[in-house]
Amino acid sequence: MAHYNLPTPVSEEAIRKLRINDTVTLQNTLFGIRDATQIQMFDHSRKTRFDLNGHAVIHTAPNVRKVAVSKEFPAGYEPICIGTTTSDRMERFTRPLMTQNGVRMIVGKGGMREGSAQAFKDIGGVYLAIIGGTAALETTWIEQIEDVDMDDLNPESLWRFKIKDFGPLLVAMDSHGGSIYQEVKGEVARKKDAVLKSLGITS
Amino acid sequence: MQLQMNLVEEACKELYIRALKVLPDDIKAGIHRLDKTETDSRAQVVLKTMITNISVAEREDNLLCQDTGLPIYNVRIGSNVQFDGMELKAAIRKGCERATKEYPLRSSVVHPITRKNNHTSCGIDMPAIHIDFFDHAESVEIEMVPKGSGSENNSFLKMAIPADGINGVKQFVIESVVSAGGKTCPPTIVGVGIGGTSDQCVAMAKRAATRELGSSCSDEEGAKLEKELSAAVNQLGIGPQGLGGDGTAFAVQVELAHTHITMNPVAVNMQCHSARRARATFTPTGVRYGF
Repeated sequence: MAHYNLPTPVSEEAIRKLRINDTVTLQNTLFGIRDATQIQMFDHSRKTRFDLNGHAVIHTAPNVRKVAVSKEFPAGYEPICIGTTTSDRMERFTRPLMTQNGVRMIVGKGGMREGSAQAFKDIGGVYLAIIGGTAALETTWIEQIEDVDMDDLNPESLWRFKIKDFGPLLVAMDSHGGSIYQEVKGEVARKKDAVLKSLGITS
Repeated sequence: MQLQMNLVEEACKELYIRALKVLPDDIKAGIHRLDKTETDSRAQVVLKTMITNISVAEREDNLLCQDTGLPIYNVRIGSNVQFDGMELKAAIRKGCERATKEYPLRSSVVHPITRKNNHTSCGIDMPAIHIDFFDHAESVEIEMVPKGSGSENNSFLKMAIPADGINGVKQFVIESVVSAGGKTCPPTIVGVGIGGTSDQCVAMAKRAATRELGSSCSDEEGAKLEKELSAAVNQLGIGPQGLGGDGTAFAVQVELAHTHITMNPVAVNMQCHSARRARATFTPTGVRYGF
């Protein structure tokens, strides 16, 4: 269970070192992405002007305040509260996000399924678990909203955040087929039978 | 008592923002209770992060979670209160819209077909407004619940039949919790509705999921079932955030209604660990805020 400090973007080699239960703190840049963003990108072939190669995306749609463009707020947005959403809904976008845009890290909550696990293994990617519902804390790890693309989808725009000490995040799915969610799922399936039995239910 | 609509509007704005920032004491106590008994080291880290977040939100005067949810206003009206019903609904709606625009909050509300967001947290039949009555004289209560989508997306209804019995109900609850896994942002309050019509059943599950922790079902059989299922779900090992551990749920809470001789409906609705709610009470002396 090692801890890694990762300035983005990262190489495939750096990603391959990560194993489930390791922890990661991200530095530099993090992109915010969501259902509508990816529906536009992959179902409607919309291209982003951002280079996501080797980068991390977080499943998010933030609370922001529109302000005048300034040095402090270069995108004209002040961050209010930025956290994460349930990743499972965006399962089918993991592989295109990696193959078409070069993304290597997905930050989210609740985990992703077998298709994502396979994409992480084939291409070299990881899923980093952040604690859902702890956005007040996570907002303190975000220094600035640097830029925004596809803002007609607001709040589901493609956001570029400047981050500092973003973490620790838990490596919950790695590039070697490891997934804490799969492990827990297996254990829960085993325990479920005993729980049902204790309730007097035998199937 | 004449209910002043300008006060209602102001309170409905205030309630949305308050609910998003400060957790009720019963929920805070619930997280601490799970933290004390958690045996899994990974789950302990998750619960401690949740506890830290609560204090960061209060210190920074910030929202607890980015999800502003679907806005729900539950109104209870006592005796000897005068008001115009349509004005009441309009004032609630206006308060919700003002909170969104003036704070500003993320509007999480879209048209279900076009997916267009008006950036007001309002739309067709949204906010959800539920009006009921209670036996307090000269008193009106408005409870605001911002219902997060992570937990709401895992809502389940089964029109079980009498032959399935109570065991069918129990099994459905366990299977719903397992199927939701980490997607609901556990630890959750598992709300269970039993009986009634199908729509009543789902509404009862929501009421149960947003009820104060530590309260119990007013029906004795329902209360017994709450105890049994509360212990059972925390044996599943789903744990906080679905990363494994003991603390899958704060509690299973049940609401029930009589139903048809041929029916045995059961619904499950969950509330995430950020189980937010805020309450305003209107009396002749003014408006009082609480949970």
